Amino acid sequence: MMRSSINKFLLITALILSSLVGAQAQEHNHEGETPAKQEGEAHAEKGKFNVGDMIMHHIKDDHGWELAHGFTIPLPVILYSKDRGLEVFSSSRLAHEQVYNGYKNEHGKIHRVTEAGAVDHEAKFYNFSITKNVASLLLSAIIMLLLFPAVSRGYAKNKGKAPSGIQSLLEPIILFVRDEIAKPSIGPKYTKFLPYLLTLFFFILVNNLLGLLPGAANLTGNITVTLVLAVITFLIVTFSGNKHYWLHILKPTGVPIALLPIMVPVEIIGVFMKPLSLMIRLFANITAGHIIILSLLGLIFMANHMGGMTTSIAISPVVLFFTLFLNLIELLVAFLQAFIFTLLTAMYIGSAVEDHHEADHGIGYEGTTSELG
Amino acid sequence: MDLLTPDLGLLFWQVVVFLGLFLILRAFAWKPITESLNERENNIQSALDLAEKTRLEMTALKADNEKLLAQARSEREAILRGAKETADKMLADSRDKAESEGKRILEQARESMQNERQALVAQMKKEVVTLSLDIAEKVLRKELSDKSAQEKLVTDLVSNSRLN
Repeated sequence: MMRSSINKFLLITALILSSLVGAQAQEHNHEGETPAKQEGEAHAEKGKFNVGDMIMHHIKDDHGWELAHGFTIPLPVILYSKDRGLEVFSSSRLAHEQVYNGYKNEHGKIHRVTEAGAVDHEAKFYNFSITKNVASLLLSAIIMLLLFPAVSRGYAKNKGKAPSGIQSLLEPIILFVRDEIAKPSIGPKYTKFLPYLLTLFFFILVNNLLGLLPGAANLTGNITVTLVLAVITFLIVTFSGNKHYWLHILKPTGVPIALLPIMVPVEIIGVFMKPLSLMIRLFANITAGHIIILSLLGLIFMANHMGGMTTSIAISPVVLFFTLFLNLIELLVAFLQAFIFTLLTAMYIGSAVEDHHEADHGIGYEGTTSELG
Repeated sequence: MDLLTPDLGLLFWQVVVFLGLFLILRAFAWKPITESLNERENNIQSALDLAEKTRLEMTALKADNEKLLAQARSEREAILRGAKETADKMLADSRDKAESEGKRILEQARESMQNERQALVAQMKKEVVTLSLDIAEKVLRKELSDKSAQEKLVTDLVSNSRLN
């Protein structure tokens, strides 16, 4: 009882905190974007610094991985079109807006161009390129594939003994996911869903942390990635939903008949809102964090642009202090968002599979959290 | 690649990589890890249960031992008491017996002494009679020769053969 109320408190705090961070980030986003649009034409000449462009460039996907300014690792571009078939070439061929094979990279998006050099919007092709985000995704997959089988080997090696090394580092987190997320949210049927929850938790955590590294991609702050995770959660919830889950949606217990025309659509919308909120929460939190840090660092360059070298040197310590502070918060958010995404997934699964007598409690708990989120 | 529009290529890779990661990790990491964790937890639980059981058994054993010890002690006391009683009884018995035996022997001795004395007195009486008869005879014989001498003799004899 005690533990569950502590969990509830933590969760609510986390959700409030995360929404605050999100709101702040949106402000920054607007601030960053507005000058970018206004100054877009004004700063047509080269060498001028535009914070908005810089931030957007960093948080968006790209062909080629720019680790530092001017140092880009070329990545394979993989295109498929009906008329030309499969085409694979290095992204360096499209650097500096060069035209290669009739393709041109404009602001990170590849277009087919006509002979005259104009963008051909009619041409249909599919882009399966290893972009910066895909490369980061593969990197995180490799890290996880090295890490967790190593942990698993630790259990085989230290059978009947105390855990050691990497195994003892990750065991508390695995136990946390099992005992604090899966067990209380799903109940006795948790074992079936535990592998997914563990994969989800560590996937988000590893990519959140990777994203905090300088020059890294913003994978968990990409709407496509969070969309896939949310859709998988949605499919699992939908396909493991039992009779009580569907009955609750179609005919909520204890609701007067007159209210059913309102309640049933609300419940049906709720089914889709849950994964949607998961998708947007993770995307917004991580992207927001990146935008805040980049905006702060951008202040130094803005100062350089507006007041010269001395001003930028003068404000650097202050900006660095705030950036450091926000980085620490982002470190917290990296764990927090992995925890929240996994916990909410577990709770949605729990509401779908639990037996009827627990149903009311589960739905009530969930309702409060999704409103807060 | 706008911020809010999903990208097909990344979507494809994300689905492939995430599902691949899930399947591989489920087979090679999560399953063995959770199994080992469960096994370890069961081991710890059974070890704790065993310890508790052993502790209870030990307490029961200790109680049994104490009971046994107390019983042995009381038995020993009973035996000792019994032995002492028997010894005391035997001593008392033998003392009684010796006393009565002594009494009996004393009585017997006294009786035989009495008998002896009576026999002696009877003997003596008989001898006195005989002696008196002898004396009387001798006196009578002396009287026959000398009267005064006879008398004197009788007196002497009588005084000499005085009975005590």
